[in-house]
Amino acid sequence: MAWDRNQMAARAAQELQDGWYVNLGIGIPTLVSNYIPKGIEVTLQSENGMLGMGPFPIEGEEDADLINAGKQTITELPQTSFFDSSQSFAMIRGGKIAMAILGAMEVAENGDLANWMIPGKLVKGMGGAMDLVAGVGRVVVVMDHTSKHGESKVLKECTLPLTGKAVVDRIITNLGVLDVVEGGLKIVELAEGVSDAEMRAATEATIVG
Amino acid sequence: MKKVYGSAAEALDGVLFDGMLIAAGGFGLCGIPELLIDAIKEAGTKNITVASNNAGVDGFGLGVLLATRQVKKMISSYVGENAEFMRQYLSGELELEFNPQGTLAERMRAGGAGIPGFYTKTGVGTVIAEGKEHKDFDGQTYILERGIVADLSIVKAWKADPSGNLVFRKTARNFNPPAATCGKICVAEVEEIVPLGSLDADGIHLPGIYVHRLIQGKHEKRIENRTTRAA
Repeated sequence: MAWDRNQMAARAAQELQDGWYVNLGIGIPTLVSNYIPKGIEVTLQSENGMLGMGPFPIEGEEDADLINAGKQTITELPQTSFFDSSQSFAMIRGGKIAMAILGAMEVAENGDLANWMIPGKLVKGMGGAMDLVAGVGRVVVVMDHTSKHGESKVLKECTLPLTGKAVVDRIITNLGVLDVVEGGLKIVELAEGVSDAEMRAATEATIVG
Repeated sequence: MKKVYGSAAEALDGVLFDGMLIAAGGFGLCGIPELLIDAIKEAGTKNITVASNNAGVDGFGLGVLLATRQVKKMISSYVGENAEFMRQYLSGELELEFNPQGTLAERMRAGGAGIPGFYTKTGVGTVIAEGKEHKDFDGQTYILERGIVADLSIVKAWKADPSGNLVFRKTARNFNPPAATCGKICVAEVEEIVPLGSLDADGIHLPGIYVHRLIQGKHEKRIENRTTRAA
């Protein structure tokens, strides 16, 4: 057994601290907002120009002028503020956002992150990911531990073009939680039913300790 | 001084030329200058370089100018939702300069503010940094990025007054203010032009000094990714 998408999101939500301003990426990271622990108040930033992102609207209340970075319709909250893209990235680059939770294609043991293109196959662009990983206080990656073909995505070195160099602090996968430390990755936690041996076998990167 | 024009075509008269650089506001399909884009299509301007976060979708927004092959090069951060864009790029018909989203926004802001370049950590150690000046400040490495000054800015706002003061609505503000400031000429399209004095002077998002021409029109405001929750 291992964690499913929702369990990974719930585990990632445990990373949140009261009072933090946080940016959630597209995919599993978006689900994190469903699991914010009781008593913890976090403000979600959407890099297209919004702080205080609310839930998806109910049908009939969609507003074309109110979307998130994944271009999905969303809603505002009483504390919401809007601003332009240069202001949005000024707060990201300026270190005001405490944490970003992002998806990844590959992560390396030194914290290198690749999540924006596969040469010759998939060319979508980095969007705001390069700015986020360079600017925020803490970078947490949430992704499947292995590819559909069973190959490890937690590597000694990334093979894809990088989004950022030595930027990842913590990796949350379907198998558990790893921290980027001196010399490699450290196992912080194993998903329910996953053994230490299974985690090591699925990880190409050096595991220390 | 008359800034209000009767149509997008009139507002663009005399400012378009082949090979020009246009900065466009919008994020995805949100807050895009859809009327001005259509007018540029009708004008037939060629070999355009467009600095815009996205490239629209097939048949709407900047996707319209890709379909007619009027665009030579895009400067963008994300082009994922446009099949024609991908086809032209992969076949080598269209040039593409990827910019990280915040770097693109700041390049526009800087260009409009008279700042020719700035240092940023974004992209250090990636392909984005290749060929760019690197400099260390306080033990951290940064790269030099250049400000953008466009021949023309096209932006979309919610309301304007006849002096060109603009107010945006919710997340449709996005790239519009930085794009507006970086153009030698800025043309804005709005949903409503209101009388002088009816906008709160403390609530102006972009002062009219940046806006040279103005039109009012009906906007489709298409939703790219309609997502709802159970009631």
